[in-house]
Amino acid sequence: MIFKLVLENVRHRPVRTLLSILLIAVPVTLILTIIGLSIGFFEDSRKRSGGVGADILVKPPSANAITFSAVTMPAKIIDVLLTQPHVVQAMGTVVNPTSGFLEALNGIDPAAFDKMSGGFVYDQGHGLQGPDDIVLDSWYAAQHHLRAGGTINLSNKDWHIAGIVQPGKLGHMFVPIKTLQEMVGASGHVSQVFVKLDDPANTTAVVAALKAKFDNYPIYSMEELQSLLSVDNIPVLKTFINVIIGLAVLIGFAVVSLSMYMAVLQRTREIGILKSLGATKAFVMGIILAEAFCLGLGGTVLGILLSYASRLAIQAFMPQAIVYSWWPIAGGIAMGASLLGALYPGMMAVRQDPIEALAYE
Amino acid sequence: MNNGDPIIHVRDLRKVYVTGKVSVEALRGVNLDVPAGEFLSIVGPSGSGKSTLFHIVGGLTPPTSGEVVVAGHNVSGVGDAGRTELRRKYVSFVFQKFNLLPNLSARDNIRTALYISGQPTDPFSGELNNVLSMLGIAGRLDHKPSEMSGGEQQRVAIARALATRPAILLADEPTGNLDTANSLAVLKILRDLNERLGQTILMITHNTEAAEYGHRIVHMRDGLIVDA
Repeated sequence: MIFKLVLENVRHRPVRTLLSILLIAVPVTLILTIIGLSIGFFEDSRKRSGGVGADILVKPPSANAITFSAVTMPAKIIDVLLTQPHVVQAMGTVVNPTSGFLEALNGIDPAAFDKMSGGFVYDQGHGLQGPDDIVLDSWYAAQHHLRAGGTINLSNKDWHIAGIVQPGKLGHMFVPIKTLQEMVGASGHVSQVFVKLDDPANTTAVVAALKAKFDNYPIYSMEELQSLLSVDNIPVLKTFINVIIGLAVLIGFAVVSLSMYMAVLQRTREIGILKSLGATKAFVMGIILAEAFCLGLGGTVLGILLSYASRLAIQAFMPQAIVYSWWPIAGGIAMGASLLGALYPGMMAVRQDPIEALAYE
Repeated sequence: MNNGDPIIHVRDLRKVYVTGKVSVEALRGVNLDVPAGEFLSIVGPSGSGKSTLFHIVGGLTPPTSGEVVVAGHNVSGVGDAGRTELRRKYVSFVFQKFNLLPNLSARDNIRTALYISGQPTDPFSGELNNVLSMLGIAGRLDHKPSEMSGGEQQRVAIARALATRPAILLADEPTGNLDTANSLAVLKILRDLNERLGQTILMITHNTEAAEYGHRIVHMRDGLIVDA
């Protein structure tokens, strides 16, 4: 019977119900989008770093393992690395951020890159041949509607699109390393060096040996690097997500509180009727909370659906994952905020004097 | 409650409303006994205290002092929970403005009352179906209040009040919002219910013609019963 009462209440004021659900959905979408973007970005980064085919990454002193950095180191380190036990290949690359969000040009030596990674799989065109050539992965090309043979202006330079390759290797955009070194004024320098070993089982020992030899150089096994590519390792991102969640709770709380406050005012007489029938305080509170629960549930479902819409809209700029494990969390936050927001209006309803409530016009 | 005890027993009942620094004595020592099965009409002008007496007997508001025993339960000293229990188990109301839940059908209004009183909501008992037939609304149960006439709404309100088989039916100006024909119909229904089911009814009204439908008429003025 409570369900029937709640359902009829919700149905009786469809505009208020739909607006409340929409407003609760907004923070749910916000949470799922932020989480999806974060995890999507890191999943994409992990996949691409794994696609290089290296076992170890060496970064310049004071560089960060998981962010773009202008810091470089002399390319001579490659020759030194090649003399170390178990090292069969060392490949330097230059990374230069472009004006796009989290986009970077990757300067590579095509022959070395092919040897380490197994080579690109081309959907269109061919590999890097001239100094102005650029190779794009199909994700980037599709988002920017680019084809092999065309041109693209990046970092104030017109590039000839030589080929479109399948994604999953190092980055989204590849240019000749010498061109990029000259562009950034870092001839003879590299941003990072990927190292391939004779046997991946030797990785731990080689990392330890390299760390002992190259003091101050951040050196990571690729496994370790991939584990670093997570939200937990970026304090600023974690704080940002927590702020978004806090805002979501606040919005959900305020929306439901206002909505239920209005509902209680509008239904003063009905609450008086229920009390005249002998409804207990718990019964009246139960109806208010059940209605808030329905609004929270509706907001959660709509929020999840809207997160797919946001994914479609954002996909052009960043990969956004659909993180199923966050559905119950975002839903729980919305429901919790909704129930919390309904408490005060519920208390108002419970405390209403039945005679005054029955006389309410 | 022993056989022969009044179903409503009121002694020296007083009620003072305090608003800011102003006190208004609505009841000033009311004494009243209503035997089970009686149809009692309480008549009086506005401000006579009849509504206050009605609200106290129905457990909608506590008395300031005095003794009130309803269906064997002393409700003068109980708190909000005790008055809620009184409303849930022993008394039912019929109001001037019908006070049906507007979003629910007539059937669901009745089911809500049954649910709150802890009784089965489906199917309706044979006794309740008889009452619905008596009231002439058996075919209108799936309609919402907005789809019914005032007379029909008041009959649904009466059905809802009787569905829980209360010891006492309290009717507050039950014909106040009805035209003459519907008023007469509702009053006849109340008298029929009293005669056929032995339902105790306490009706307050300012209409002396309506009051005539009761077995006994009590007049109130200035917070006191002036004759019985």
